[in-house]
Amino acid sequence: MIRGAILVTIGVVVAPLLGGLIAGVDRRLTAWFQSRYGPPVWQPFFDVMKLFGKEKLVVNGWQVFCAYIYITAAMLSVVLFFLQSDLLLILFVQAVGAIFLVIGAFSATSPYSQVGANRELIQILTYEPLIILAFVGIYLVTGSFKISQVLLQTKPLLASLPLLYIALCYALTIKLRKSPFDFSTSHHAHQELVKGFLTEYSGPYLALVEIGHWYEVVLILGLCSLFWATSWIGIIVLVGLTYLCEILIDNTMARMTWRWMLGYVWTIGLAMSFVNLIWLHGR
Amino acid sequence: MDTIKTFIRKSRIKSPWLLHFDCGSCNGCDIEVLACLTPVYDIERFGIINVGNPKHADLLLVTGTVNHRNKKVLGNLAEQMPEPKIVVALGSCGLSGGVFREAYNVIGGVDKIIPVDVYVPGCPPKPEAIIDGVVTGLAKFAQKKGDTS
Repeated sequence: MIRGAILVTIGVVVAPLLGGLIAGVDRRLTAWFQSRYGPPVWQPFFDVMKLFGKEKLVVNGWQVFCAYIYITAAMLSVVLFFLQSDLLLILFVQAVGAIFLVIGAFSATSPYSQVGANRELIQILTYEPLIILAFVGIYLVTGSFKISQVLLQTKPLLASLPLLYIALCYALTIKLRKSPFDFSTSHHAHQELVKGFLTEYSGPYLALVEIGHWYEVVLILGLCSLFWATSWIGIIVLVGLTYLCEILIDNTMARMTWRWMLGYVWTIGLAMSFVNLIWLHGR
Repeated sequence: MDTIKTFIRKSRIKSPWLLHFDCGSCNGCDIEVLACLTPVYDIERFGIINVGNPKHADLLLVTGTVNHRNKKVLGNLAEQMPEPKIVVALGSCGLSGGVFREAYNVIGGVDKIIPVDVYVPGCPPKPEAIIDGVVTGLAKFAQKKGDTS
């Protein structure tokens, strides 16, 4: 009981702090790649606190509701992850939040918001099958969708699911809104849709969306860590290397179109997933 | 509650998001504004981000003269920015209309349409002067009444 309470506290309090810090390190490293000095690592917290102090410019009440549902779902999925719950349940809770964020963008009549929301829906459509297939791979190896079962493994999952891990990294890149997949909204670059589907979220509600995004980053990096959950060093090395690769990809790639993303990620990602699953089955 | 208010006030100075509007400028001032974003000056190290969305912006940077065509756009942009916000007028034209102030279509400086907090003179102002103007504006920005303070 006490252990559960501690895990829930970690999920609710430590996860966003960690997510914000990761975002800060990301900006610092990106600046370093571009031979700039860059903002301090705790810059994301200043941004969010400033947004909480801004005027509440509300387009409609529905959008406020959607922002709250998004952060609640993101928080709940991280808490479920730390409680070592069911992987499929975590995915569905996270998906509800992601969809509500899009519905909030659809509720405003701004064309930027509308087109951005359409693109975000296509992004969700692209990465969800990859995550589900990664979970199917985990099920075939461990015989359960429970995270507690994954943690009982003596061999790292990466040894039997290498291609599924790469496919999961595609999902991670899309979810982090990194180039070449940053066309529904992007973090700091100017883009053709002003700010994509986040255009109409402003002030405190944008801050809620940002904190929700930190939760999701922690969740997906947590899913990555399951692939080497046998030792702490393995988790740190694997997640650290994966995130470094993400930043490198972000800085070396140009923004592409949604047609390219759908074709590329589905052919390469699904092909790698199926090859891995067939190999697992025939082994 | 007081610590939260103090932290929000501190965060405002640390994280001003900037919206740049070219109100009929000759592009001289705009090139200098963009120079501030290059690795040489790198204003992102102060937490300043150049955003394209007035709803996310804290700081409106206006260059160029105001005329009868673009005064509505300028007013509209300023209105869409949530409080607290500050307006910085850049260059001779933004301050008074500059050499164009006698032209038949020109209304004058930015302050004829919206209240201006900081004036940065120059034709064009150097990037150092622009950064100085923005930093001067930040002190005002922190003290402005927002939703929670």
